[in-house]
Amino acid sequence: MKVIEVRNLRKSYPHHVAVEDVSFEVAEGEIFGILGPNGAGKTTTVECVAGLRVPDSGTVRVAGLDPHDDRDELRRVLGVQLQSAALPEKIKVWEALDLYASFYPHPADWEELMRRVGLHEKRDTAFAKLSGGQRQRLSVALALVGRPRVAVLDELTTGLDPQARRDTWELVEQVRDSGVTIVLVTHFMEEAERLCDRLTLIDRGRVVATGTPAALVAQAGGEQRLRFRPSAPVDHALLLALPEVRSVTGSGEHLEVTGVGDLAPAVTLALAEHRIVPTDLRVEQATLDDAFLALTGRTLS
Amino acid sequence: MRKVLAVETKLYLREWPVMLYTIVLPVGLLLVLGSIPDMGKPDPALGGQRVTDTQLPAMMTLLAMLTLAFTVLPTVLTTYRERGVLRRMSTTPVHPGRMLVGQLVINVAVGAVSTVLVVVLGRLVLGTAMPRQPVGFVLVFLLGTAALMAMGLVIASLAPSGKAASGIGSVVMFPLMFVAGMWIPREIMPQALRVFSDYSVAGPFAQAMRATWAGDWPQPLHLVIMAAGLLVFGWLAVRLFRWE
Repeated sequence: MKVIEVRNLRKSYPHHVAVEDVSFEVAEGEIFGILGPNGAGKTTTVECVAGLRVPDSGTVRVAGLDPHDDRDELRRVLGVQLQSAALPEKIKVWEALDLYASFYPHPADWEELMRRVGLHEKRDTAFAKLSGGQRQRLSVALALVGRPRVAVLDELTTGLDPQARRDTWELVEQVRDSGVTIVLVTHFMEEAERLCDRLTLIDRGRVVATGTPAALVAQAGGEQRLRFRPSAPVDHALLLALPEVRSVTGSGEHLEVTGVGDLAPAVTLALAEHRIVPTDLRVEQATLDDAFLALTGRTLS
Repeated sequence: MRKVLAVETKLYLREWPVMLYTIVLPVGLLLVLGSIPDMGKPDPALGGQRVTDTQLPAMMTLLAMLTLAFTVLPTVLTTYRERGVLRRMSTTPVHPGRMLVGQLVINVAVGAVSTVLVVVLGRLVLGTAMPRQPVGFVLVFLLGTAALMAMGLVIASLAPSGKAASGIGSVVMFPLMFVAGMWIPREIMPQALRVFSDYSVAGPFAQAMRATWAGDWPQPLHLVIMAAGLLVFGWLAVRLFRWE
């Protein structure tokens, strides 16, 4: 079932067009990613979904509601976590949760929510004294305190250290498993690859591609790269004869082989037949970064 | 709304140094200045009134209200906007206007506490009479406070940041204090300054308060200026205020 439908969304500001033409659908219960470089129009897109901005043209439906016309109802089904700090400095964790719970007709039990995001020990700590990761977890909790069907999380882990980032990812997966549909806005490829069931790549206000992370990588060629130091000289033709191999280049003692499919086993087997051992073997999988590069000619970051 | 008010009040009390300026300073100045022997003697320049009869208490009340309206209120609201607090709230079913209303209620309440302390301690310590026209006094307090708060909201609408808001607030506040008679009572102002004073909203607030203190009704001109200030600045604030 589609819980969000965006069709031909367009939004311009006085001096530039933020979103040219964006369409996508989000299914109930999935983590849907909106991935793109800074300035691609991701935030404007979700702001239109959240009813914070009115699109110039195109349609947006969230659980069948028009975000602009059905403002009040939308705010009951959609929880939003925005970029950057958004609470008074001296408000305590429990006060923020208690306050936001009071905004909704059927709020979640905020005490339990506070435990779930691991902030119960910080209950009486002021917002200004929380670490970046703790702030983000509080922010996620506030987005969920109204029991939304859909939660929009914008640049959730920007500025977090790797450990806090992984903790936050785990939290997002738990939330999805509890039945909430999640729209995750990010410019961070690793995050999208790790978390998203499906995602849409956006560049310069347009959708470049939409699909599962694996499908997007495959669509862009899905190239893999092997680097190794052969124990004896290798005839390039030997490797190029393999159906999986696309190119072979040598640099000093190292050999770099690119190709598709079961590249690593095919190459090592062929080498073994000639009693050559590939040492320092490294396999690089194509990533969403590569997919983005292949589709747009530009890098994500 | 009750919860918004409760939380905002707690946050306000956590910034307790603000109350040094809005309660302790005006009340303290009243008692210290009022204890200077000359202040308690009839002053021919004030038409035989003592400074402690109406001039000093009215000015100290005005000091509290101006500080609240021009520095405290705009700084808090602008900081909330700057930090995205208002915007964050507008993604919930509750409009961020509740937060603004909460701030107005709290600031008016703090101003009322300050005013009551000025009246009561003036009576007990300095022998200042209670306002002799109490109904008029309360009406003037409400009308004048509303007009000043509307001006503060215009500053909160225009200022790009919390720091800018407190800067702009001070720049507007001190000249207003001057023309309202903080340092020179209206009675001994040069004629030109007196005209400024009578149209400055703060000046009419002070003079109307002094009139009700002495037992008279305020001059209609002063009431009209305050009402006009409330309407004009209130309209501007509604037009200009941005939530993000």
